[in-house]
Amino acid sequence: MNRTTRRKALSSAFVGFCALSVLIALVPLALVLSFVVSQGIRAINVDFFTQMPKPVGEPGGGMANAIVGTLMLAGLGSLMAVPIGVLSGIYASEYAGTRIASLIRFAADTLNGVPSIVIGVLVYGIAVLPFKQFSALAGGIALGIMMIPIIARTTEELLLLVPGTMREGALALGATRARAVFTVVLPAALPGIITGIVLALARISGETAPLLFTAFNNRFFTTSLRQPISSLTVQVYTYASSPYADWQRQAWAGALVLVTIVLLCSILARVATRRLESMHAR
Amino acid sequence: MRGDLGFRVGTGLFGLVLIAIVVAIGFELTRESMPTIQKFGLNFWRTQTWDPVAGDFGALPFIWGTIYSSILALLLAAPIALGIAIFTAELCPEPIQRPLIFLTELLASIPSIVYGLWGIFVLVPAVRALEEWAPPVLRQLPLFSGPRLGVGMLSAGLILAIMVIPFTSSVAREVLKSVPAAQREGAYALGATRFEAIRAALFYARTGIVGAVMLGFGRALGETMAVTMVIGNQPTVTASIFAPQYTMAAVIANEFTEAADPLHLSALVEIGLVLFAMTLIVNVLSRLLIWSMAPGAQGPGVDAAAPAKLAAT
Repeated sequence: MNRTTRRKALSSAFVGFCALSVLIALVPLALVLSFVVSQGIRAINVDFFTQMPKPVGEPGGGMANAIVGTLMLAGLGSLMAVPIGVLSGIYASEYAGTRIASLIRFAADTLNGVPSIVIGVLVYGIAVLPFKQFSALAGGIALGIMMIPIIARTTEELLLLVPGTMREGALALGATRARAVFTVVLPAALPGIITGIVLALARISGETAPLLFTAFNNRFFTTSLRQPISSLTVQVYTYASSPYADWQRQAWAGALVLVTIVLLCSILARVATRRLESMHAR
Repeated sequence: MRGDLGFRVGTGLFGLVLIAIVVAIGFELTRESMPTIQKFGLNFWRTQTWDPVAGDFGALPFIWGTIYSSILALLLAAPIALGIAIFTAELCPEPIQRPLIFLTELLASIPSIVYGLWGIFVLVPAVRALEEWAPPVLRQLPLFSGPRLGVGMLSAGLILAIMVIPFTSSVAREVLKSVPAAQREGAYALGATRFEAIRAALFYARTGIVGAVMLGFGRALGETMAVTMVIGNQPTVTASIFAPQYTMAAVIANEFTEAADPLHLSALVEIGLVLFAMTLIVNVLSRLLIWSMAPGAQGPGVDAAAPAKLAAT
């Protein structure tokens, strides 16, 4: 009987430990979010979105150039990553089982695990060094490379969720493979693919490391592809490591904007994925 | 079917771009780090002097700091991540399962730079207070010696642990779900307690669980911004968790734009190359372990793309 009691006690302790781990993980989440919101709200105002950064010592100013920069970099990244990601995802699902398809899948998973700073080093070598110039274009390429594997994998998975009968029906009616994919399968999976793109955007809009020495930073407003450009993340990094209280406040405001963008995107994408999965899975 | 061939080649070419990018990382980084590879050879990884002005480069402190901080993060994160996986997969009441999974995975979507900012202003002062509170007897030990700055290995390990928990826990949950119900039912039928039944399931899933933990380790190795902001950036090899140290990713982030000298740049690229190789090996190994749990392409195997999906969120 003593042994049974001990076993039961051990079991309860184990259940307790597991529940406790969830709580332990939720503490930092709550702490980070509450600090970002409370510090950020205090610092954020209309000027933050419309004004340029002020030099040290002058209060006020904002991150208008960095916000435009982040949007431009994300746009450039998407321009590069959406075609490559979606089309390689189509190949991997249409020709699943072939050697090239598994190679694509492997490459996508590998690329996904590559530290973002390493991608920055690669892009520095191929897009900054040859032109002796940091540029928005280089930053966009770095972010694009990070988006590709995410888009490729979600596209592939969601295409595989589309019922095979739809593809077969199109083929039976005499459609070519391309026609079947582009007019029947792809439209059916389109909401999911857009979700994948939103997910990829959510991830890269918070990225700093690959931008440090590709897009670099710029105190001025620019939309030129060949000039260094500011971004929210790099600007937050610069301000966070500065000794000036006013800049630190701006860093918190920037963090609040970043967290809002990223959380909105990932929550949206997640809800959409759930809906799609329950629609197709049945 | 000529149209089909065109379609296949057309989409395949874009897939090849994806493959080419991965090859390009290895190729470009090797090419650009040739100067230091030729000049220092293996001594680059065995010596500790990092002096860009004198042109003397030894990267031991960085690889030490990267491995130390990642293992520290792993020790802190693995038990908690497994606890979360078990609780959300097996123990928690149905209605709160989804919300709990969502909340724990939310940890993965907060940008690294935000963790870093929070680290500087909240975590580091808290760690400093802890270090000042530590009794002198404890501080005699090599593990707890060093200055009480707050910034250092302990702060880095803590912040890394927070960041990798969601990766390990979500993959471990998928792995646990792939354990056949008969395993647990068998254990219960023999009179096992809840703990004993879950232990049986964990044993059945052990390769996948190890894979999940390794996946978190791979993430920790390459994490850059948050670590750079809290580790103190001192290239020293020391066992102390209170001492400021440095990591491979952090030195690249800090010095890359200032590396005017080609040899300095080459040294940083070589650090990037080795970091790439390390994460590649760890990731491939962990994926092989996780995949070995999947009974087949179809069926209730482990969702092999789970890490990719989470990385995206």
